[in-house]
Amino acid sequence: MNAARESIVTADGLTKRFAEVAAVDGLSFSVNHGEIFGLVGPDGAGKTTTMRMLAGVLRPDGGGIVIDGVDVVADPESGKPHLSYMPQRFGLYEELTVDENIRFYADLFEVAQDVREERASRLLAASGMSQFRGRRAGQLSGGMKQKLGLTCALVHTPQILLLDEPTTGVDPVSRREFWGILYGLREEGVTILITTAYLDEAERCNRLALLHNGHLLYCDTPAALKQRMSGAVVAITSSAGRAAHAAIADLAGVSNVILVGSGVHAVVDDAASRIPALRDALQRGNVVFDDIAVTAPSIEDVFVALLEDERRPR
Amino acid sequence: MRVRRIKAMVVKEVLQVWRDPRSLIIALLLPFTQMFLFGYGINLDLKHLPICTFDREGSQFSQDLLKRFQASLYFAIAENVKTYPQLAAAIDRGDCQAGIVIPPDFSERLNDTGSTSVQAILDGTDDNTANIALGYAATVVTGYSNDVRISALARQGRALQQVLPLAVQSRVWFNEDLESRNFIVPGLVAVILALVGAQLTALTISREWERGTMELLVSTPVTSTEVMVGKLIPYLVLGWLDAAFCLIVAALWFDVPFRGTFATLFLTTTLFLIVVLGIGYLFSVLIHSQIGASQIALVATLLPAMLLSGYVFPIDQMPAFIQKVTYLIYARYYVTIIKAIFLKGAGIADLLAPILFLAIYALAVVALAARAFRKRLA
Ligand SMILES: Nc1ncnc2c1ncn2[C@@H]1O[C@H](COP(=O)(O)OP(=O)(O)O)[C@@H](O)[C@H]1O
Ligand SMILES: [Mg+2]
Repeated sequence: MNAARESIVTADGLTKRFAEVAAVDGLSFSVNHGEIFGLVGPDGAGKTTTMRMLAGVLRPDGGGIVIDGVDVVADPESGKPHLSYMPQRFGLYEELTVDENIRFYADLFEVAQDVREERASRLLAASGMSQFRGRRAGQLSGGMKQKLGLTCALVHTPQILLLDEPTTGVDPVSRREFWGILYGLREEGVTILITTAYLDEAERCNRLALLHNGHLLYCDTPAALKQRMSGAVVAITSSAGRAAHAAIADLAGVSNVILVGSGVHAVVDDAASRIPALRDALQRGNVVFDDIAVTAPSIEDVFVALLEDERRPR
Repeated sequence: MRVRRIKAMVVKEVLQVWRDPRSLIIALLLPFTQMFLFGYGINLDLKHLPICTFDREGSQFSQDLLKRFQASLYFAIAENVKTYPQLAAAIDRGDCQAGIVIPPDFSERLNDTGSTSVQAILDGTDDNTANIALGYAATVVTGYSNDVRISALARQGRALQQVLPLAVQSRVWFNEDLESRNFIVPGLVAVILALVGAQLTALTISREWERGTMELLVSTPVTSTEVMVGKLIPYLVLGWLDAAFCLIVAALWFDVPFRGTFATLFLTTTLFLIVVLGIGYLFSVLIHSQIGASQIALVATLLPAMLLSGYVFPIDQMPAFIQKVTYLIYARYYVTIIKAIFLKGAGIADLLAPILFLAIYALAVVALAARAFRKRLA
């Protein structure tokens, strides 16, 4: 796509309040044509509210949204034929079969019958769902429901795909299939906005926006965000992660300790001087560990550190 | 409006209702139980009301009249008394609910003037029964006095047409048997359709909210008019089935005479169904829970239809203010229409006024419902 790098979705000072809570508060970002753009942040950060406003199902209290050059706050219906929205909560009809749901959705977008058949077969095959076409949506597993949701969302070839936590509660194999489909769509030039609770998935996005309390903290590529982090990440490989966490959490120069699969990661201001101190603290606490070394920060380390910086008064 | 999207809505709604048949049960069971419950339960007819007679004349004429009371289906003579105190005692004991007193100059006045009077003493504790009994007693007496006059005039050789007081029997013209059921059952059809129709659509939008399907639906290009039309069509078909069922039961089971045409019946019933389905849809749009929408629709449709439509309680006997309120009760128009179609064989031309009111109502409700449904959350 030669139109790449050109912004296709722009949010400008987007604001939404619910009674006392400002769910989204002056949020501005822009999404380039053909990229996978991730919205990440803790629960309640305002990701779903943002997605709803982009999808035209929730009216912003302030700010503007421009999709493909059209002001969709003024005319929400004008954006709808070009985008597909997959809500966080499963939004299809449980009494209808997989095929009937796809057909309903295709009809609402007025997709030609042969196009619908071709796309549905291809998408269902890609996600291993072909043998479930006659099954009621209510009887599908969580992962299969999400894949059906994606199939319905894609049956009309949208320009922009809005996915709100599409992989939450989905098994790892289905998640990989799901991302395979998303990469394929990016090749076709579809722009994808996705929210996710899995930070390893955030790493797969072209660019990320980190949200906190309805504000945008940072918006950049995963690599650039890692650069922003001050200090270094020390990985402690241990089967006693919790004990290790307790032993080192309060040491001077250690700003963040998080549990990871292999043990703990600690963010330190200076790796060379702090590693011996960490080693001492672990031995004092009788924590058995296999290794302690500087590691490249994962996006999770970065977010925890950045959020922590945000919460802590400087 | 795109036909394809409306069709998609219709198919989806039909599949949903078919596979989760709670609405179907409402649609089919409710009319069935209500028709029989109310068709039998409410009966304003007096049959064989026990009466006492006090014949103060004891002539051939007075005995003829009392025989007519005895022969009438409405009365049964429980006792013949000789004094007023005996009559009062019989009423007090509850042996009879009315007394018929024939004055001593009964036959004299009948012969002189052709008009007579008979005294009816009624137990006023049951106002309604007393009124109806009085009406029936008047019918019996009028019938008798007419016969007497006709035979007197016939003896004088005059043509009957010239002298018959034509207006006398007008109150029972369309319901010769004086069967209150003939009045009630057609009105009952209106009440049941008002109730069931609103219940059917009351669930349809709130179900989308409760199941969480609304968020996705409003993110598609479907318009609010397409949603409404797509959701009303399946229930209109169900409504037609219900109407057909109720009307067939009225005509064949309860033997209400049907004198109208099917075309008139179909047109007016469809108009009424659009109103009631639209009302249910409106509640469904405004109230996001299925239970809430269904209960509000129940109260808002059943009570006015029962009390203010003229189905059992005559509107012209209501206080003036309430009579004005009844113009807002859409069931009122259909009650008028359906009674007229059944009993009088009225056609569209005879029913222009109530049809016009219903049509205005239908337009207003549909326009309101289409506007009330906003394609957004919260
Ligand atoms: N419909 C609503 N009514 C009231 N408060 C809401 C509503 N939707 C979201 N919120 C509030 O707005 C904030 C952001 O919510 P949300 O956008 O769902 O966050 P996220 O998707 O990032 O978890 C939360 O504090 C939430 O409680
Ligand atoms: Mg969310």
